[in-house]
Amino acid sequence: MTRILILFAHPALEKSRVHRRLVRVAQEMPGVTFNDLYEAYPTFDIDVRREQALLAEHDLIVLQHPLYWYSTPALLKQWQDLVLEHGWAYGSQGHALRGKRLLIILSAGGRAEAYQPGAFNRFTIREFLAPIEQTAYLCGMAYLPPLIFHGAHRMTLDDIGQAAGHYRHVLEALRDDALDPAALGAWQTLNDALNIMPMIGKSTQAVTQ
Amino acid sequence: MSGDFLFQAFVYLTAAVIAVPIAARLGLGSVLGYLIAGVVIGPFGLGLLGEGGEDIMHFAEFGVVMMLFLVGLELEPALLWRLRGPILGLGGLQVVVTTAVAATVAYLLGLPWQQALAVGMILALSSTAIVLQSLAERGQLKSAGGQASFAVLLFQDIAVIPMLAIFPLLAGTVATAPGDAHGADAHAATTLVSGLPPWAQTLAVLAAVAAIILGGRFLLRPVFRAIAATRLRELFVATALLLVIGIALLMNQVGLSAALGTFLAGVVLANSEYRHELESDIEPFKGLLLGLFFLAVGASINFALILAQPLLILGLVIGVVVLKFTILLALAKVFRLGTDQALLLAFALPQVGEFAFVLFAFGVQEQVFDGSVADPLVAVVAISMALTPLLMIFFERVIRPRVGTKETAAQEPDAIDERNPVIIAGFGGFGSTVGRLLRANGVGVTVLDNDADRVDALRRFGLQVYYGDASRYDLLIAAGAQEAKLLVLALDTPERTLDLVHTAHKHFPHLQILARAFDWQDAHDLLDAGVPYVYRETLDTSLRLGTDALRLLGFRAYQAQRAAQTFLRYDEESVRTLTGQRGDRTVYLLAARQRIADLEHILQADLTGIDLARDDGWDAEPLRADFARVVEKTD
Ligand SMILES: Cc1cc2nc3c(=O)[nH]c(=O)nc-3n(C[C@H](O)[C@H](O)[C@H](O)COP(=O)(O)O)c2cc1C
Repeated sequence: MTRILILFAHPALEKSRVHRRLVRVAQEMPGVTFNDLYEAYPTFDIDVRREQALLAEHDLIVLQHPLYWYSTPALLKQWQDLVLEHGWAYGSQGHALRGKRLLIILSAGGRAEAYQPGAFNRFTIREFLAPIEQTAYLCGMAYLPPLIFHGAHRMTLDDIGQAAGHYRHVLEALRDDALDPAALGAWQTLNDALNIMPMIGKSTQAVTQ
Repeated sequence: MSGDFLFQAFVYLTAAVIAVPIAARLGLGSVLGYLIAGVVIGPFGLGLLGEGGEDIMHFAEFGVVMMLFLVGLELEPALLWRLRGPILGLGGLQVVVTTAVAATVAYLLGLPWQQALAVGMILALSSTAIVLQSLAERGQLKSAGGQASFAVLLFQDIAVIPMLAIFPLLAGTVATAPGDAHGADAHAATTLVSGLPPWAQTLAVLAAVAAIILGGRFLLRPVFRAIAATRLRELFVATALLLVIGIALLMNQVGLSAALGTFLAGVVLANSEYRHELESDIEPFKGLLLGLFFLAVGASINFALILAQPLLILGLVIGVVVLKFTILLALAKVFRLGTDQALLLAFALPQVGEFAFVLFAFGVQEQVFDGSVADPLVAVVAISMALTPLLMIFFERVIRPRVGTKETAAQEPDAIDERNPVIIAGFGGFGSTVGRLLRANGVGVTVLDNDADRVDALRRFGLQVYYGDASRYDLLIAAGAQEAKLLVLALDTPERTLDLVHTAHKHFPHLQILARAFDWQDAHDLLDAGVPYVYRETLDTSLRLGTDALRLLGFRAYQAQRAAQTFLRYDEESVRTLTGQRGDRTVYLLAARQRIADLEHILQADLTGIDLARDDGWDAEPLRADFARVVEKTD
């Protein structure tokens, strides 16, 4: 059993379509700790000790957020700056996160095709997430390929429902150790690895374990 | 005050105190308890009442008068408007159809049509007193059936006005002098208008109604405002009673029902800011007198008359109840109530109401009919009233479990009165800011304040502000504390705040309390009392000032702001820690000493406690040092 901590950052959940649905799934899933950062720290006054204690208690750290300006919402950045202290998370004395795993689950307005070299956004999402990937590396964490819900703007309610299904399967599989993290490493995204169709309207296959 | 009066009061109160708890314990409801107690002490039971017994009914009818005043107070025009469909449709049809059928039956039984019509009208009415009390005790007032009952009763209460106006026009079929009216509404006395021709009497009735509406609108509010400004509670109670009694007297003088007059006054005042206060002032009197009224109904059941013609009376009772029941049930189905709710309505309203006593007496006095018609029917009315609680129990225990659709009052979203989720007690600078923030975000607030001038000023800005002492249980009930979610305490003294906390904890444990505190002392007391959300009123403001002071001294804005955040959190923690430690020290320290002791304690802790280095993550110094070591090593 893998203990999962979801660090969730969405500044306007009341306006959200995609994450609102995912959050409902996460909140009632056993074995998953759901940490709603904007709800806990509305004034950005992060309780560093509490956050560090939470990290220490879990094996898989999930950063879940909408893609804002090719990056995370502001509070998640603040969280990184303050919680990942030198001497605790990294540095010659900082080993608290060593051996843990990091997974990003995000939603993006742009479609998968738009995130290609030569296409509209010119880089892949994996490339945009390089700072976090490197942060994980610096802290000694294994970085899993991200799970991406593309085309959030065009998703119908059905699409969102399907996304929530994939989300649930992925979390459950990781929690129950039904997925081999080492085998995932070769893939660009978790979508590719699990054959989750990222696009809207195409038929999607169920996640296979 | 004669010893006889004291003895009477003693008998009534004893009967009530013994019978009502027993009845309630047996699940029979208080109304039946009172009625049985009345029978027991009445002339056909222990005969404890002596000669004074007859007057009691008269006196106790004042309970009905007050109840209608309170019913009126509950009826804001907006609520009336929302219920207009059921009131006019269901209520109107119930009165018209029942009157028509009952009058036809009476006509066929041999009464002249005028008398038959009068009797039909009287029998169409049901007992607001018994029904509302019984439904409220069963928590059924807000169910669909309860609301329908309320609507029908309301239409009936209003319909009494035209009935009273029509009665004089129906006179002329009896020549005899008026018999002894049974427990009348003081109509026996000659009134100012009794000498006038019927059309003039009708006109007088209309004029009196107009007078109450206009007076209530333009006269009562300034008067209450002036009284409230004196801040003497008993004066307010006295004024409220004076209002009710005054209207009753006025109405009697023009030959109109006192209950209707006060009902109208209630409706007129329903929108006033003094509504809650009036409600809670009149409520205890109403409760007591209504109990007395039920007692008197029990005591007045004329067993001699019943025993003389048992079959006739019994037949009439069954006939009336079955007739009303059937019509109610049919109409409820027409208006698409669910089966169990339709049955609730039909089982609640098949009796004849207290207005029947008034109207029979009025009819005899106006010579619409004579005692030979009225007396047996008065007995029928009393018995039908006594049967109601039994019918309700029968419905609850036997019928309801067998009908498929069960609708509990709790699930019913269509409450009679829309309640706000937040009650704010105290609307000075503090409370009003809270209220404005909530309102700006679409959250409805009910405001209680006991400063008459302020209430007045706020009302002019269209705010829902009520006048009243918020630490009183009954006022909280009136303000909807049972339905609200949050109670915001922004009162102006710690004592009243604590009072209110205790009341709220005791009676409304579901309410989340957010309290303003003045200083540590006060915050400790509130925390001790079990209020988790405590806000010292000067804390955030002084920290903002302190932040600006730091900035003026050259601190960067963000650093100053973070420092204040850190301090705020630390300070909240230490208040809570200190509350735990204070314990028995408070017992022997005077409040003023306690304040200083706390201050010393906190200052002491400040020197060691605050974790000012909380933002270590932003500190690159250790990073540089570490880097330097690594560089040294590799060099
Ligand atoms: C401030 C802001 C910046 C955004 N930047 C991007 C972006 O860089 N790339 C992208 O694909 N979508 C971007 N979006 C779209 C969001 O990613 C999208 O609305 C979100 O994932 C939908 O999820 P939700 O319904 O849970 O809010 C942005 C949206 C906002 C509000």
